[in-house]
Amino acid sequence: MKDVLDVMKVRRDFPVIAKAEGKRFAYLDSASSSQTPVQVLEAQDAYYFNYRANVHRGMYRMSETATEHFEAVRRKVADLLRAKEDEIVFTRGATEALNIVARGLAKDLGKGDEVVMTVMEHHANLVPWQQLAREKGFSMKFIPVTKDYLLDMEAAEKMIGPATKVVAVTAASNVLGTVVPIAELAALAHAVGAKIVVDAAQAAGHVGLDVKKLDCDFLAFSGHKMLGPTGTGVLYGKKDLLEKMDPYTFGGDMIREVQWDHSTWNEVPWKFEAGTPNVGGVIGLGAAVDYVRLTGIDKIAEHEHMLAAYAIEELRKINGLRIIGPEADAPRTGVVSFEVDGMHPHDLSTILDAEGVCVRGGHHCAMPLLRELGLMDGTTRASFGLYNTKEEIDLLAAAIRKARRIFRLE
Amino acid sequence: MEHLHDQLEGDEAMYRENILDHYREPHNKGRLEDATFRHQELNPSCGDTIELFVKLDGGKVADVRFDGHGCAISQAAVSMLTDHLKGMDVAALQALAKEDVFRLLGVEVGMTRLRCALLGLRTLEVGLQNHLNRNS
Repeated sequence: MKDVLDVMKVRRDFPVIAKAEGKRFAYLDSASSSQTPVQVLEAQDAYYFNYRANVHRGMYRMSETATEHFEAVRRKVADLLRAKEDEIVFTRGATEALNIVARGLAKDLGKGDEVVMTVMEHHANLVPWQQLAREKGFSMKFIPVTKDYLLDMEAAEKMIGPATKVVAVTAASNVLGTVVPIAELAALAHAVGAKIVVDAAQAAGHVGLDVKKLDCDFLAFSGHKMLGPTGTGVLYGKKDLLEKMDPYTFGGDMIREVQWDHSTWNEVPWKFEAGTPNVGGVIGLGAAVDYVRLTGIDKIAEHEHMLAAYAIEELRKINGLRIIGPEADAPRTGVVSFEVDGMHPHDLSTILDAEGVCVRGGHHCAMPLLRELGLMDGTTRASFGLYNTKEEIDLLAAAIRKARRIFRLE
Repeated sequence: MEHLHDQLEGDEAMYRENILDHYREPHNKGRLEDATFRHQELNPSCGDTIELFVKLDGGKVADVRFDGHGCAISQAAVSMLTDHLKGMDVAALQALAKEDVFRLLGVEVGMTRLRCALLGLRTLEVGLQNHLNRNS
């Protein structure tokens, strides 16, 4: 089966991977943070080396250049999501973006109101709403997963009702790899007059996201999970909703006029961008968006799906190993969690590390989900990106077998 | 002292025989209903949890048990630690440090597993301090 990507060519763009080529090394933790291609680093460096100035406030041409490059990324991200430029807010990451929305929407919520999430939520989506629920008195509901690890849409239909004001859900689980049917949930939400907030941290750069087609009210993703620099992220929001929301952080740039005792706010989206942004980071993020678009989201999705299918097939051959997540032919991303009888994810991850394989072991910032699934020790998780290969999965399988031998398992 | 990864690299008898033995068959596993003090700690990054029960008699450790679940490093470390505690007086308990845990394990533990290895010791430290505060 021919790969849709020229993966060896792709790998040369990623310094850490290129340096390790031919060595016993496999980076299988892209769900935590992706590798960064040289094109992104060069774009970020170009800012620092050639036109280092603040944005939005300088009175000299170099600062205009910085501002143009910065705002150009807003347009790029908008195009990627099929949104408008003034619907794109730059944040530090998906976590900050989700906090901004939660705080903003919760202002109008109180006792008797409901916020519906899934059991698969990452702490970044769960904890802000949870804290606001305690503060404002609204209640939380969690849509379960089926025994096949897919979202229980029957339960969703029952749970999303007249009291529902917000449906805040992940687009793809960082533990299970499950893809959530956002368009359907958006329809259910809007039918009862609720807003839908989408945590797209695991989806952006892996599957196509068209906010108009999906009809999301808000969507958040992290730049560092999409080949961009750390400390970058995006909040998309429908313009009228962003206009109605209060700012989250206050300071320079987000104001129009400041008096001693009151201030007026800047227009959307700058209303939500207080202080000097991560200028270099955002410019790097623009290069990441370019990289993803030039490679082709469909090709990336197909490549990662191929790897997930191969991993599921190969890992299942290992005695005592159980895949925790949907089948290869179900809607899923390249995130593959598994458990090995008699081995704690931490111990397995450590031995894998000694074999050159980078995976994650534990609760993956989704403690309630793991508890719900009865997995008190968490899982071990391999997650694939556009730069990973079948050979790396072979390395993973061999390392797991070795770990089992070390632990004297049959 | 070798680093845990040095032990692991290319060595079939990795993870040290003693660590695996203690993980398989932990020493002093259980509960003590008549403990002088007890305390539970959690390793939030992974859910490793240890509850320690210590019985003091004449100012010395007469009996000790631990309950909990987690990775081989955390469980083996606390299992070895409980053996080590028996007969110690309060001053000796207070003097215990992370180096003692590493010595018991037989390997030096890297940054990522530090909290696992030291969970048992931390449970002892906090439990002991709470006990002393209550009785001062």
